[in-house]
Amino acid sequence: MEAVHGHDHSHDHHHPTGLTRWLMTTNHKDIGTLYLWFSFAMFITGGLLALGIRAELFKPGMQLWQPEFFNQLTTMHGLIMVFGAIMPAFVGFANWQIPLMIGASDMAFARMNNFSFWLLPPAAALLVTSFFVPGGATGAGWTLYAPLSVQQGMGMDLAIFAVHIMGASSIMGSINIITTILNMRAPGMTLMKMPLFVWTWLITAYLLIAVMPVLAGAVTMLLTDRHFDTHFFNAAGGGDPVLYQHVFWFFGHPEVYIMILPAFGIVSQVIPAFARKPLFGYASMVYATASIAILSFIVWAHHMFVVGMPAAGQLFFMYATMLIAVPTGVKVFNWVATMWKGSMTFETPMLFSVGFLFVFSMGGFTGLVCAITPIDIQIQDTYYVVAHFHYVLVAGSLFALFSGTYFWLPKWTGHMYDEKLGKLHFWCSMIFFNLTFFVMHFLGLAGMPRRVPDYATQFADFNMIASIGAFGFGLSQLIFLWCVIKCIKGGEKAPAKPWEGADSLEWTLPSPAPYHSFETPPIVK
Amino acid sequence: MQAAHGYYIPQPSKWPIVGSIALAFMGFGSAMFMNDVGAGPWLLCIGLAILAYMMFGWFGTVARESETGTYSPQVDISFRWSMSWFIFSEVMFFAAFFGALFYMRALSVPDLADADTGALLWPDFKSGWPVSGPGIEEKFSPMGAWGIPAINTLLLLTSGITVTWAHWALKKNDRTQLNLGLALTILLGISFICLQVYEYVHAAHELNLTLSQGAYGATFYMLTGFHGFHVTMGTIMLIVILFRCLAGHFKPENHFAFEAVSWYWHFVDVVWLLLFVLVYWL
Amino acid sequence: MSKLLSMIALATSALATNAYAATSKYGLPDPESPIAREIYSLHTLILWICVVIFVLVFGMMFISIFKHRKSVGHKAAHFHENTTVEVIWTVIPFVILMGMAYPATKTIIDMKDTSNPDLTIKATGYQWKWGYDYLKGEGSLAGVSDGITVYASLATPMDQIYENAPKSENYLLEVDNELVVPINKKIRILTTAADVIHAWWVPAFGVKQDAIPGFIRDTWFLVEKPGVYRGQCAELCGKEHGFMPIVVRAVDEAEFKDWAAKNKSAAAPADAPMQVAAAGGTSAPAAAAGPVDGKKTYDGLCAACHGAGIAGAPKVGDKGAWATRIAQGEGTLVDHAIKGIRTMPAKGGNPALSDAEVKAAVDHMVELSK
Ligand code: HEA
Ligand code: HEA
Ligand code: HEC
Ligand code: CUA
Ligand SMILES: [Cu+2]
Repeated sequence: MEAVHGHDHSHDHHHPTGLTRWLMTTNHKDIGTLYLWFSFAMFITGGLLALGIRAELFKPGMQLWQPEFFNQLTTMHGLIMVFGAIMPAFVGFANWQIPLMIGASDMAFARMNNFSFWLLPPAAALLVTSFFVPGGATGAGWTLYAPLSVQQGMGMDLAIFAVHIMGASSIMGSINIITTILNMRAPGMTLMKMPLFVWTWLITAYLLIAVMPVLAGAVTMLLTDRHFDTHFFNAAGGGDPVLYQHVFWFFGHPEVYIMILPAFGIVSQVIPAFARKPLFGYASMVYATASIAILSFIVWAHHMFVVGMPAAGQLFFMYATMLIAVPTGVKVFNWVATMWKGSMTFETPMLFSVGFLFVFSMGGFTGLVCAITPIDIQIQDTYYVVAHFHYVLVAGSLFALFSGTYFWLPKWTGHMYDEKLGKLHFWCSMIFFNLTFFVMHFLGLAGMPRRVPDYATQFADFNMIASIGAFGFGLSQLIFLWCVIKCIKGGEKAPAKPWEGADSLEWTLPSPAPYHSFETPPIVK
Repeated sequence: MQAAHGYYIPQPSKWPIVGSIALAFMGFGSAMFMNDVGAGPWLLCIGLAILAYMMFGWFGTVARESETGTYSPQVDISFRWSMSWFIFSEVMFFAAFFGALFYMRALSVPDLADADTGALLWPDFKSGWPVSGPGIEEKFSPMGAWGIPAINTLLLLTSGITVTWAHWALKKNDRTQLNLGLALTILLGISFICLQVYEYVHAAHELNLTLSQGAYGATFYMLTGFHGFHVTMGTIMLIVILFRCLAGHFKPENHFAFEAVSWYWHFVDVVWLLLFVLVYWL
Repeated sequence: MSKLLSMIALATSALATNAYAATSKYGLPDPESPIAREIYSLHTLILWICVVIFVLVFGMMFISIFKHRKSVGHKAAHFHENTTVEVIWTVIPFVILMGMAYPATKTIIDMKDTSNPDLTIKATGYQWKWGYDYLKGEGSLAGVSDGITVYASLATPMDQIYENAPKSENYLLEVDNELVVPINKKIRILTTAADVIHAWWVPAFGVKQDAIPGFIRDTWFLVEKPGVYRGQCAELCGKEHGFMPIVVRAVDEAEFKDWAAKNKSAAAPADAPMQVAAAGGTSAPAAAAGPVDGKKTYDGLCAACHGAGIAGAPKVGDKGAWATRIAQGEGTLVDHAIKGIRTMPAKGGNPALSDAEVKAAVDHMVELSK
């Protein structure tokens, strides 16, 4: 392999500063930082919308919003959290960490990297401004099911274009990540020596390239149905609303693994580091990740068990979905086996990873319950499903993101974060999270539908608990914000390798990591 | 600008942010346009103009970098990976529309005519293909395969050959044949587009085949239209490459931009074959 | 903190009204049909399997967390990669899953068997109410209820929803006209919809089936006990998705026949949909019966949106907004009002209106907006 060199030093003098530095940057760390702050801003936005939902649901009866506005809150909360908060946050991690972990100087396409990021703010602007156009934002649910979405006003078109732009961003980002990983590894770093975080992102990037265009296709057909008189999703013209669902979920199911595989990657870095023991089964972790990704393409219709497909279809999709529990189980067992007979300490990153493991698995089990078709017929479109996916998305993806943030903050900022605050953040999050979402299982089983602004009185008590929990959970995130800002501003100087058991390449660099990562590529044995 | 060794990391650049601004204009503009808000078309045009400016600027920079030898062989490999995966993503985009065609033709249309259930709602509807749909009164004629579409198939297949010929000439460093091959390819591409436009006019006026003609109309125009858009993009890219060839760009051993465009062209070609079989013929 | 705790305590103790008759707050409602019973036990089975696995796996983890920590002086072992262990923990879950799949498969096949029903009812979802058509009966019920049509809208008054009156026992789960079915008969429900996707769901029967516009789907149930069973629309269908309940009254066969006889003679009542008034707590009474009166239809229904320009609706009296629309010609306008256009629901959301009534309403609106 050719020498992997940063770039000419004379250029450093022209580095723009101030705002233009961020607008025009080609540096993977700057871009990673942009992604992370952007996603945090979106997390707050989406979170405030969620609080809008929870406030209305605090007690039965309509108090705050009109029903159509409530639907808009739900829809925008889902869209913003998925596309604005969770996905960009993982891309931010990829940007920061992948070059560091594979010993590269930067991403393969530094300029396009900047483009991938800067596409997001316009997309977010389209989404957020849609609240203010006549008719308001789309209220068709984040899944944008036709024909309800065909009925919506202009806000729907804004959402469609936002999805197009975010899709373009994701595709560029993924191409960049794949190319970086395949072509820029330090000499000696074979694929099977890559840290697991890099592996999970490689696989995630493939998922993204395969499914984002499909989503773009789905919303494009929606657009033509809305404005150009096509009948893709209209029976009168030989189309079918269910067609939309098939195309959407062909994207949608892999999408949920897009949001969890990098989380698995982060946890696979953190647990060995704090157990001071190598990951139990590296190779099987890689294979399990790949199996999950492959299986994710043949399970999509488990979101559609009540559309009325033939028994053979229900059986196929049920079996395929259940099968995913096997590779996921392999991962869970691996993490536990890694902890077994380790020498563990529980700094904040480890707390969040263990929390992830414990609570994500509960979400996995409820997913399995959903996968059993007859049961799903009872709980589809109820709060049980809402509970399921917040267990995997909040306690899964989001907790892993927190874990990773605390884990790498010293490397990013050069300072140690405040351990007390971190622990406080963990415990508050953990408690309030469960307070909010655990009771939703009961609500769903007992029969409360999702996406409703009002409910029968028998659901009142658990809804009240969930709403209290939600505000508590939201407030707990202020601790996180404070902790991060404090760490950026100063604090104890971080050594190159603050975690005893950590062993990937980024820890060989000083903290904070230099602006240009590996000017000369390290040799990996 | 940069030594041939080492992996080239470009300087901070304004082009991405310019592109984002363009897309923001286009997104808002199109949404407003479609909802009859006055400023919509203007915003859309401004967006397109900025996008064109960005493309000129960005691709110009890339061409300059390439010609001044900034790209090491490793960078070249990166380009190859990225172009392959980009084309793969395009394949998936088309797959969504082909999927819609399959679904309507094989599932939803027969379902609507199903004797047990469909008949309850659409008693007079008969399944079959081509068909518009049970709720559409107007009649249309489908597009035959053996007229313009067959000619277009020949055009595109030939253009696949000519672009390969040009590539072969480039590797031999035979600039005349290179330019000739490219020019021919472009000519074939343009003829294809012209014929397709003619075909659309014919379809709309004589066959009464429009986007609103249900399952057949929607899939026909969506698939051929999306493909036609790709041919147009491909042709524009070929024209750019031709101009670069005329300006003396590319060397026998270093001409990735040329190859990327020809990959793209072949991809468009293959999609057309699928279209020809699945949309026009069967 | 203590305040919070007391609030939680308050919340848990308060409000014990139970609308899904005699039903658990924590689990699936009591099953009242053979399928629901199968689902119920399936859920119990799977839940317990999951609980056991969960306790085993995380029991291990917590043992490890407490024993293998640095602070108690545990030194890290260095073992990793063990093929035997890895095969075991791949195969065992697989076997467990097969054990789960077996009963699930049986239930699926039972659920899908809609053959030989005693009674077939077509349930149509509208924005926002349900319409039921009793189709031709077979067997012992032949001819009993053929041709009866019932529309069922939310019966909870707006005042209760907007907190101006105390909430009734079956708040949001009550309708004006219940769906009446005989007990111990196999009832096949065909679902479809007029506008967007809805879903017909009665938890106690273990039945949930999407109602897809333009398509017919089917499902079935058999109730054993007379009683009133409540459910809700279970697919987001727009603004009043939360306000289109399903109430089924199961009666014995003799009573069913009585009911059918009465309803066959009386013309099918064409009920107006309940609209959650867009502009606040007052209900929007909608009228449909009587002579064709455009103003009445307009005031009762269309004004909900067109009065104040809700959801992008052109405001009546706003000449600018109407000029281009009127220019399309009356025929087009009426057509759009009947079929719906973009956010404008078909017939303003009340499918029970006749075309003539809609036309009269359009004329009235155009008159005021010229
Ligand atoms: C991060 C995101 C994420 C993840 C990881 C998952 C993981 C899984 N999900 Fe989930 N899901 C969502 C996000 C996610 N889901 C979202 C957002 C929705 C709703 C979308 C919407 O409608 O808006 C949804 C909805 C959803 C449904 C549709 C419900 C409905 O609408 O009716 C189903 C049904 O099958 C399902 C199943 C599963 C399964 C089987 C898994 C499996 O991958 C879980 C596997 C894990 C385990 C099983 C636990 C660990 C395993 C072991 C310890 C091994 C031993 C275990 C056994 C032998 C049982 N999910
Ligand atoms: C992807 C990730 C993700 C995340 C992180 C969350 C986070 C949260 N979500 Fe959810 N949610 C979805 C994805 C996500 N969600 C999706 C996909 C849907 C389906 C949408 C649909 O049906 O179409 C959904 C739907 C959904 C519903 C169902 C709505 C309905 O059916 O009508 C509810 C209801 O409680 C809910 C609640 C919450 C809450 C309370 C949080 C909390 O965790 C949020 C906490 C965060 C904050 C509160 C903001 C940060 C903090 C501050 C700004 C500090 C200030 C705070 C205070 C003053 C209190 N979400
Ligand atoms: C839920 C709100 C709502 C209700 C109720 C409603 N409308 Fe509308 N209506 C709209 C909206 C929104 C539009 C604008 C649609 C568009 O052009 O995008 C509209 C447009 C119209 C138009 C103009 C159509 C055109 O071609 O431009 C007519 C006529 C009309 N409505 C008649 C009626 C009548 C008659 C009723 C009652 C029977 C009614 N509306 C009830 C929301 C409503
Ligand atoms: Cu009808 Cu929801
Ligand atoms: Cu899924």
